[in-house]
Amino acid sequence: MNTGTRSTTPLIRLSGITRSYGRGAAEFQALKGIDLDVDEGEFVAVMGPSGSGKSTAMNILGCLDSPTAGSYEFQGVHVERMTRDQRALLRRHFLGFVFQGFNLLSRTTALENVELPLIYRGEPAASRHAAARAALKQVGLDGWEDHTPNELSGGQQQRVAIARAIVTGPKVLLADEPTGNLDTHNSQEIMELIAGLNRERGITVLMVTHEPDMAVYAKRVVRFVDGRVDSDHRQEVSA
Amino acid sequence: MLWNTLLLAMRAIRRNLMRSFLTILGVVIGVAAVITMVTLGNGATRSVADQIASMGSNLLMVRPGQRFGPGSDEAAKFKAADVEAIRNQITGAAAVAPVANSSATVVYQARNWSTMVTGSSNDYFSAAGWELVAGRGFTDAEERAGKAVCVIGSTVRDNLFGAQNPVGAEIRISQFACEVIGLLKSKGQSAMGSDQDDTVVMPLRTVQRRLSGSQDINMLMVSASSTDAVDAIKAQLEKLLRERRKIGENEDDNFRVMDTRQLAETLTGTTRILTMLLGAVAAVSLLVGGIGIMNIMLVSVTERTREIGIRLAIGALEREVLLQFLIEAVVLSSLGGVIGIILAAAASIALSGIMNIGYLFDPTINLLSFLFSAAIGVVFGYFPARRAAQLDPIEALRHE
Ligand SMILES: Nc1ncnc2c1ncn2[C@@H]1O[C@H](COP(=O)(O)OP(=O)(O)O)[C@@H](O)[C@H]1O
Ligand SMILES: [Mg+2]
Repeated sequence: MNTGTRSTTPLIRLSGITRSYGRGAAEFQALKGIDLDVDEGEFVAVMGPSGSGKSTAMNILGCLDSPTAGSYEFQGVHVERMTRDQRALLRRHFLGFVFQGFNLLSRTTALENVELPLIYRGEPAASRHAAARAALKQVGLDGWEDHTPNELSGGQQQRVAIARAIVTGPKVLLADEPTGNLDTHNSQEIMELIAGLNRERGITVLMVTHEPDMAVYAKRVVRFVDGRVDSDHRQEVSA
Repeated sequence: MLWNTLLLAMRAIRRNLMRSFLTILGVVIGVAAVITMVTLGNGATRSVADQIASMGSNLLMVRPGQRFGPGSDEAAKFKAADVEAIRNQITGAAAVAPVANSSATVVYQARNWSTMVTGSSNDYFSAAGWELVAGRGFTDAEERAGKAVCVIGSTVRDNLFGAQNPVGAEIRISQFACEVIGLLKSKGQSAMGSDQDDTVVMPLRTVQRRLSGSQDINMLMVSASSTDAVDAIKAQLEKLLRERRKIGENEDDNFRVMDTRQLAETLTGTTRILTMLLGAVAAVSLLVGGIGIMNIMLVSVTERTREIGIRLAIGALEREVLLQFLIEAVVLSSLGGVIGIILAAAASIALSGIMNIGYLFDPTINLLSFLFSAAIGVVFGYFPARRAAQLDPIEALRHE
């Protein structure tokens, strides 16, 4: 893709991103030079075989991990030159992350889990509670506020995680196999939920998925093979 | 930020009640043990010091022989002339009392009691710190003539007279009848644990003639007019007695002058060593408590590393995460410390009551053991968390 002639800066621009694990002879390159532009409002499905570097790329996009080389611009700002704290603030204000394994705080109620990012944003208690309740309602967990993760099903836990990711009103939602641990029925519902966030609130979504069934919700599919982008095409959303 | 972090710390404590409880317990046990031991030890030291003070202040005791205490060696006893010489030649002495002891059985009507009879002068009461609750002391005439009059201690009164007023009564001591003219105020146990009130005091002459049958004086008590005078009097006494006992330049003293301060130092020194020993044993339990805290904290690091990863992924700053863990550790350790201090106070008061020693609050040991336990909590709560918070979020999240 020729990015040089674009007039507007994309929301996200990866250029020549590499990520190596290990050192010396044991060195292994999980990403071998990724170029990718994502515009605001897009819904991108990231597909590809296991071990092709999808998660590695998502973690770098989510500022949870740093690339070995290459540049990552977020709204035209170079993330790879940021300090740890600046990256934390970027996560806090612009990014929401949904993991395959939910990553909720155990022994902590759904409401408190969803409130957590708002506490770090210094939101006062009243508006924090209201926002968290609204987010839980949006993911269909009305009435489950006081339940802890071990009292919730997998699908419900992932909803809590999504509520936590969107409660701050992020620009980008990054989801790494959000339905990977769920059955078909729950998967469909989670996908509807994510597609709705993209459609109605204009949140940019990047989502890793194995299943073609899930990819049909996306407007664009990027295929990773062996640490590189193998194909990148737009599609009509069927739903 | 501080307020929010406090909120997060409180939530974390509530979430991990069992762990929080165990952490607190470790601190509580350690702090309570150390404070209780040291407080009891201090109380014992204080009691000993008080008992010595009850022997009379600024008191010097002169005994023949080098060894102190009963069963002294064969050095010559003192004579009445020694007492006269001291009275006339030593400046700064408020009272000089010769003491001759003899054990005897005292009888009143059908009751008898064996006790220690002390022969001395009126000065004995002021020098040894005795007060009279009833009756009077000796007159000069009684002392000179060696009259059969006596002042009795409260233990003797209890055993012979019960609650009855003994003054004016006639008791039998060995073979002779003796009028009770006074009753001493109770002093309780001595520093060595004997009952000071188990005593009968008579004029020196009476004891020498009727009980011991010799002119010997076992001990001299000299009380100084002020604390400052004690050392000077001691030096004068030593010089005078060396002359009178004809001790050559190179010979050692065959008598010993001991003052109450010295005695207090010797005895409280012993209890102080005991206190230190007890404190050391208790410190071990504080250490064990500390290791317990350390264990709990380290075991929880696995779970907490993932938690830290989640917090970082959500957008927490490293310092916010650290502050939260620091607050958590400080709150738990302080809570444990405070409970430990309260528990120690309760235990010390109860035990000092049972052991019959004074309760003495020691702010230093309270503060020290509190700070120590807090430091353990903080160090072991904080440093593992710091390591985790410095990881990339994804690494912390991957931690299993
Ligand atoms: N922390 C790591 N240490 C070493 N190798 C890793 C690590 N994480 C991922 N890899 C390797 O990088 C490659 C890409 O992994 P990943 O991005 O998780 O793939 P995907 O998500 O596409 O299945 C894999 O070969 C994996 O073994
Ligand atoms: Mg993956």
